[in-house]
Amino acid sequence: MTTDKTDGTQNVLEAVVVRFAGDSGDGMQLTGTQFSDTSAMFGNDVATFPNYPAEIRAPQGSLYGVSGFQVHIGSIEISTPGDDVDLLVAMNPAGLKTNLHAVKPGHTIIVDTDAFTRKNLEKAQYESNPLEDGSLENYRVIEAKMTSLTKEALKDLEGLDNKSMVRSKNMFALGMVYWMYNRSTAYTIDFFNKKFKSKPQIVEANTKVLNAGYYFAETLELIPNAYTIAPAKMNPGTYRIIMGNTATAWGFLAAAEKTGLELFLGSYPITPASNILHELAKHKHFGVKTLQAEDEIAGITSAIGASFAGNLAITTTSGPGLALKAEAIGLAMMIELPLVIVNVQRGGPSTGLPTKTEQSDLLQAMYGRNGESPVIVIAASTPGNCFRFAYEAAKLTLEHMTPVILLSDGYIANGSEPWKIQTTKDMPDIKTNIIQASDQEWHPYHRDDDTLARNWAVPGTPGLEHRVGGLEKDKITGNVSYVPDNHEYMTKIRAEKIQRVQNYIPELTTEFASSGDLLVVGWGGTYGSLYSAVKQIAEEGCNTIGLAHFNYINPMPKNTKEVLSKFKKIVVCELNNGQFVTILKAHFDQLDIVQYNKIQGLPFGNLELVQKFKSLL
Amino acid sequence: MSSTDTKKYTFKDFASDQEVRWCPGCDDYVILRAMQNALPEMGLKREDIVFISGIGCSSRFPYYMNTYGMHSIHGRAPAIATGVKLANPNLSVWVITGDGDSMAIGGNHFIHVLRRNMDLNIVVFNNEIYGLTKGQFSPTSLVGQKTKSSPYGNTQPPFSTGELALGAQARFFARIGGNTPKEMSKMFIESQQFKGTSLIEVLQNCPIFNDGCFSKYTDKAVREDQQLFVEHGKPMIFGKERDKGLRLNGLKLEVVTIGQNNITENDILTHDAKEQDPTLHQMLVRLKYPLVTGIIRSYEDITLEERKNEQRERVRSNSSFTKTDDLFFSGETYEIT
Repeated sequence: MTTDKTDGTQNVLEAVVVRFAGDSGDGMQLTGTQFSDTSAMFGNDVATFPNYPAEIRAPQGSLYGVSGFQVHIGSIEISTPGDDVDLLVAMNPAGLKTNLHAVKPGHTIIVDTDAFTRKNLEKAQYESNPLEDGSLENYRVIEAKMTSLTKEALKDLEGLDNKSMVRSKNMFALGMVYWMYNRSTAYTIDFFNKKFKSKPQIVEANTKVLNAGYYFAETLELIPNAYTIAPAKMNPGTYRIIMGNTATAWGFLAAAEKTGLELFLGSYPITPASNILHELAKHKHFGVKTLQAEDEIAGITSAIGASFAGNLAITTTSGPGLALKAEAIGLAMMIELPLVIVNVQRGGPSTGLPTKTEQSDLLQAMYGRNGESPVIVIAASTPGNCFRFAYEAAKLTLEHMTPVILLSDGYIANGSEPWKIQTTKDMPDIKTNIIQASDQEWHPYHRDDDTLARNWAVPGTPGLEHRVGGLEKDKITGNVSYVPDNHEYMTKIRAEKIQRVQNYIPELTTEFASSGDLLVVGWGGTYGSLYSAVKQIAEEGCNTIGLAHFNYINPMPKNTKEVLSKFKKIVVCELNNGQFVTILKAHFDQLDIVQYNKIQGLPFGNLELVQKFKSLL
Repeated sequence: MSSTDTKKYTFKDFASDQEVRWCPGCDDYVILRAMQNALPEMGLKREDIVFISGIGCSSRFPYYMNTYGMHSIHGRAPAIATGVKLANPNLSVWVITGDGDSMAIGGNHFIHVLRRNMDLNIVVFNNEIYGLTKGQFSPTSLVGQKTKSSPYGNTQPPFSTGELALGAQARFFARIGGNTPKEMSKMFIESQQFKGTSLIEVLQNCPIFNDGCFSKYTDKAVREDQQLFVEHGKPMIFGKERDKGLRLNGLKLEVVTIGQNNITENDILTHDAKEQDPTLHQMLVRLKYPLVTGIIRSYEDITLEERKNEQRERVRSNSSFTKTDDLFFSGETYEIT
C-alpha cells in the first residue's frame, strides 16, 4: 500500500495491490477480473496482470500449476499492476509458496486452511505447515476454512455435487475481499445472472457463496476495519476496462471503418496473441474476415493475398511465429503492399516462456529478414494505447505502402486498465493509395513524391493489370530486373521510403525534466513501470530526471538526438539483454548511454528501478 | 465475374510484353499457350483474373500473362490465393505451381487449400524433377531415379499427385499430358466452370533435367494405347482400336479386351466423375496401365466462400452493431465526471 491515511474508523488508501493465487483450475483469473471490474465501476483507476502457467490444467496443488491474477487499484493514477502485494489470497500451499516473495512483511495473507493438507503441503514442497511453524509470523495471516464454509453455505441447495460446490470457493474469497475494500457485490451478482442465464442453480450457488464470504469477513474479528479506496481523479469521459489485445483488435476495427476497407486477419493461434484472433472472429457483423490458417506462414501469406486484393490485411503472432513469417514479410516489403504484423512478444528464444513477458523480439522485428529489408516498427506501451497504435499501424501501412510491425507484449496484451473510449469519427483520417483508373501511362512502381509510396492497383480495376513478385523490380515498370544499378537504386529507395516516415510521426517528448542528469529511456510495454519509478524520484524532489519513452522505433522520431543530448547520462531500460540500446548506441555513439536489463519473464519492479536510477543520479 | 457484355478477347490479349524465358522445347510453352487460348472462352473480364504462383520454373508463368498476377515465395501460392479469393470472391483466381512447390515446401498449404474448397483453380506442372535449381529429385521423382542430389538413385518413395489430392478431399482432380494443348484448354475451361477448388496435374516434360519422363504414356505413338482419357458418363474405353476397357474384378480394376472372352462394351465401367464417394477415383489415379487422364473427379460441394457468406449474413442479421461505436460503448462502461 502506497500511503495509509486514517479517516475515522476506516483506512483510506491511495492504492492497493491484491493478488489472487491458486490452482490453474481454481478460477483465479475470473476472481481477479471481477475484483478489478467492480473497482473500476466504483471509479478507481486499475491495472491488472494475469500470471498463469502454460499448462492448462497442471497437476492439482503443484508449484508450477499455480495461476495468479494481480490487481492494482487506486484513487491515484495507476500505471502498473504494482510490485508489492498488500493482500495475497492463497487458495492452497503452492499458491502461498510461489507468491509469498511478493508480499512485504506486515501485509496481509488470506489462506484457505482446508487446502493445507499434508498431501498439498508435500506437493508444494513444504517440510512443515507454514501456518503452524511460525514462518509467517511477520505477516498478518487471515485463516478461513473456505472449502468447508463454501460447502456449508450450499448444503441446502439440491442437486449440486461435491465437485461443483467446491468449485465456487473462489467466490468465497472474492466476497471476503469485497468486504475488506468496501466494494459492492452487486456487479458480480449481475455478472452471474448474465453469464449463467440458463442455469439459475449456478447463479444461486455463486451468489450464496459470494455473500457467505462477504458476511464471513464482516463478522470475522481478525479483520479490523474495512479499507476504502476513493475514486481516482481521471479525465471526464466514458470509460471501460480494456485488455491490451482487445484494444489492438478494436484499433484495427476502427481503421477499417474509417477507410471503408474490409478488414482481413490471417492468423495461426499462438500464446499470448491468440485473443486478438478470438476478438476479431466475433465481429463478422462489421464485415471482418478472419482465417485461422494452417500455419504461421499461411497466416501472413493469406493476408498478403488479401492486401493484394484490396483489404486492410493484418496478421497476428508471437516471437516464434514472427520467425516463421520472416520470408513473407520480405515479400510484402518487396512488392510494397500494406500489411500489419502484430507481434505480441513473449519470453524467448525458441519456445521460451510462452506465458511470460519479454521485449526480446525487437532486433528480430528490425532485422530478421534476408537482404536489405527495412520495415516500419512501432510499439504500444499500455493496454489502452494498443488501440491507438493498432490504428496508427494501419494508417502508416496504408499511407506508406510498406509492412508495419506492431510490437506488443504479454504484459500489456493480457493486462487491463481503464480506457477512455475513442469514437472512430474522432480518429485521424487515413488516406489510402488506391488508384481507380489511370488517365495516362501507368506503371506499378510510380511513387508518390513525398512518401515514395507506390499506387495500390487492386485486381478488378480495368486497365491496371500488372504483375508483382519477389524478384527485384525495375524502378518504374515493376518488371523483373537484374540490372546492377537498378538493384542499388531500389534498395536505397526502399530504405528512404521508411526513413521519410519520420515526417509523418510525432516528435519524441520527455516527461518530468526535459534536461538534466539522467534520462530514463524505454520503449513499448515498460512505460507504466518506468513512469512510476521516475515519478516517485521526481516527487521526492529531484528535478534532473526525465523519461523519454519510444513508441516509434523504425524510423525513430526526428528530434531523438536533440532530446537525448540534453541529458548527461542516459539509461535504456529493457526486458531483454540490451536490444534497443544497441540501436541507440549505433545511432548516437557520442552519448553516454548505459543500460538496465531484466530477463526473468517478468515486468520491472518499482523498487529495482528506483534504486537503479538513484544510483545513476 | 462472367457476364455477357465482356469484350471478345483473343489469346493475344492475355500475353504480357515480357519475353518468355523457359528452355526451348519445354512443355511450359504448351501450357502457357493453352491457357491463353482458353481464357477468351471463359467469359471473364481480364481485370477479374489473377494468377498466383510460388517459386520454380512453372512459377514464372504469371509474368507472361497480361492479367493481375503475383510471383510469390516458395510453396505459398495456395495460401496467398486463399487470401485473394476471400478478399474478393468475384475474382477468378488461378494458382500455378510445380511438383516441388506444391508437394514439398508447400505441402501443407496444398492439402489445406484442397480441404477448404474455395472456388480456385490450381495447375500443377509435374515434371518429377527440380528444374530451376538444376536437377535435384522432387517429391514425385521415382525411387532409383538418378539426379544431381541422388547420384546413386533416389531413395525416397514418391507422392502421387492424385492420391494426395483425393486424400486431402479434392473435389476436382484432372490429369493431362503436357503435349495435348487442345484437350488442356478445354480442361482449363471446365475447371474454371467448376464451383470449388479444381486441381489439374499436367504431366510436363522437362527437356533438360528429366527428358522423356512421361514419354511411355504421352508419346504420340503410344498414348492412345497407354492412356485412358476419361469423360464423365462415358465408358472407360481406350486403345488405338478402341477395344480395351476397364471393369471391376472384386476390389480391383482390370483391363479387358472387348470381343474376347464374351466381353462387350456393356461390361465396361462408365465413368462417374460426379460421384461423392472417391473410392473409384482413387483407384483410377493409382492405375499405371493404362494411365488415366481427363477429369477423374468433379464432385460439386459447398465452397468455403458460401459457408463464410452464409455465416456472415446470419451474424449480421442477429447483431445490433452496425458501427464500431456501437461495440465500443456496449456492455460495461462508466462515466467519469
